[in-house]
Amino acid sequence: MATTTLQAPGRIARTRKADSVGWGSPLTYFIAFVFVAICIGPVIYIIIGGFRTNAQITTDPSGFPTHWQVNNYLEVLRSSIFWRQVSNSVITAVFTTLGVVVLGVMASYVIARYQFKGRGAMYSLFAAGLMFPMTVAITPLYIMIKSLGLMNTLAGIILPQIAFALPTTVIILVPFLRAIPKEIEEAASIDGASRLGFFFRMVVPLSVPGVVTTGILAFIASWNSYMLPLFLMNNETSYTLPLGVQAFASQYAVDTARVLAFTSLSMIPALIFFSLFERRIVGGLTGAVKG
Amino acid sequence: MSDSLGENSPTLTTSPEGPSAVGGGARTAPSPARRPRRGSGPDWRKRLEITILAGPAILVFLTFVIFPVLMAAYYGFYKWKGFGRPTNFVGLHNYVVIFQDPTFHQALMHNGFIVVLSLIIQGPAAVALALLLNQKMRGRSIIRVLIFVPYVISEVIVGTGWSLMLQTVGAVNSVLEKIGLIHHPIDWLSNPKLAIWSLMLVISWKYIGFAVILFLAGLQSIPEELFEAASIDGASYWQTQRRITLPLLGPTIRIWAFLSIIGSMQLFDLVYIIWGQYVSSTAGTSTMATYMVTNGRNAGNYGFGNAVAVVLFVISLIVALIYQRFVLRRDTEGALTEGKK
Repeated sequence: MATTTLQAPGRIARTRKADSVGWGSPLTYFIAFVFVAICIGPVIYIIIGGFRTNAQITTDPSGFPTHWQVNNYLEVLRSSIFWRQVSNSVITAVFTTLGVVVLGVMASYVIARYQFKGRGAMYSLFAAGLMFPMTVAITPLYIMIKSLGLMNTLAGIILPQIAFALPTTVIILVPFLRAIPKEIEEAASIDGASRLGFFFRMVVPLSVPGVVTTGILAFIASWNSYMLPLFLMNNETSYTLPLGVQAFASQYAVDTARVLAFTSLSMIPALIFFSLFERRIVGGLTGAVKG
Repeated sequence: MSDSLGENSPTLTTSPEGPSAVGGGARTAPSPARRPRRGSGPDWRKRLEITILAGPAILVFLTFVIFPVLMAAYYGFYKWKGFGRPTNFVGLHNYVVIFQDPTFHQALMHNGFIVVLSLIIQGPAAVALALLLNQKMRGRSIIRVLIFVPYVISEVIVGTGWSLMLQTVGAVNSVLEKIGLIHHPIDWLSNPKLAIWSLMLVISWKYIGFAVILFLAGLQSIPEELFEAASIDGASYWQTQRRITLPLLGPTIRIWAFLSIIGSMQLFDLVYIIWGQYVSSTAGTSTMATYMVTNGRNAGNYGFGNAVAVVLFVISLIVALIYQRFVLRRDTEGALTEGKK
């Protein structure tokens, strides 16, 4: 990487004015290509590995399939436990997202547009939440969920996930809601809308883009969440996909091809979701970091 | 001008006015003269609205984030197996055990190693890649999508996939043998001298895309005029990067470094998935978090596990505070030197 940035200056200095054209060098593309290959190579390896047989993988771990086997994938798709875990993951992610979005918008609206004592404190409370990672709270959470009788239930994961996603949500949404022009609120007020009426009729529709961003972030975090289900789920029918992948990988440790097929299938939903909303996810993450 | 623009348009640009604007509430304060309905409205009504709207979020947040953290501090003083109420108060005993345990020292050292190496490996590489990808080139948007893929897929998939590939009979050795770099398979995962480097490989692979994307966003917010002015003044490409791009990218780099440090301190998933609960300490990849889970929950010592959680939190907090102080100092210094020029 260092070599390009070192080689480039000379050329740029010479063709200073035309640098936007001069930079499209093959070397740039080459390095970009290598980087992309490194990033997605392992992912492609996992997907293609699922199309091979164990014998092939043993004789040549890094080769291409000699003939493409769909059996591994079909077997996983036919197993009921896989679909059980998919549905657990979907339900958890959907309800986490809904909870985060509904609670987050309401709280952010208060912080963004109400004048009252303790508003700053409320914002600080949520912002401080960023300093409390799940790792610190996990053991007491486990004990609490157990005493609430929510072990092995999806609600037991959903509630803490909502709580831990609230800080980011509030931090993204508050500036967003504050940016809704005051004139709109004034106009609504002249038309006789109460502040709550304004909230439901104007704020909710206008905040859709910000809500979508925070919703997607919450969805992906929930889809990939590992530590919380690890502590709270101890039977296979209540596993979410990450735990399912891990259990499957240790259960069928010798059946590498099937493990790869299971792994590929469990990441496909997240990949589809990501490619659909890529712009928003990237924008939301960078926005959250900068804000 | 730009400020008023940001105020009036509901765009997605989350300008960093969030925290500061909360303090400066005067700007958005409703003037009673202009809004008679609101101003004269009964105060209890406003309070009710605030309670209804913000109450549920605060309740959920306090119950599932703040309360457990406080309980961790409380349980940490007890010897407790997790059944019934903790009764066996042991004072600071758990903490003494933690700080005298060589296994914990190792875990702490590994965390430190990961913190430093993550910064050294990912930082320069990501800046270089972001500079490279920030040019006008074809397929830039698809490249941005592809390099972000490792960040989006879950730790479990990354861990499972890499642990298969890094086996002695796995794909990594096979590729290296094919291109003639090695002749005997390398034991990537259980050789204590190598394992932590394998972990660094996986960590870098998973998280570098995030750094690059972050830096790209930072680069795009640098006004084009600055580069034009520099080129008119006859600055070379390298001078431009050193005097303009890097200083202006500074805040983004520092925030990324902060996130990276905190992430490295809390690292759990990847280690626990690749090395499991028992092997990580012998392979030399254990972290404070895996130490916490292995010796706390898995061993049934819940009081002890909570004490480890508190230590982990306090150490992260101290690192975070030191870093913020250091960064603040650096930022003001930078501002001063820039002012002199």
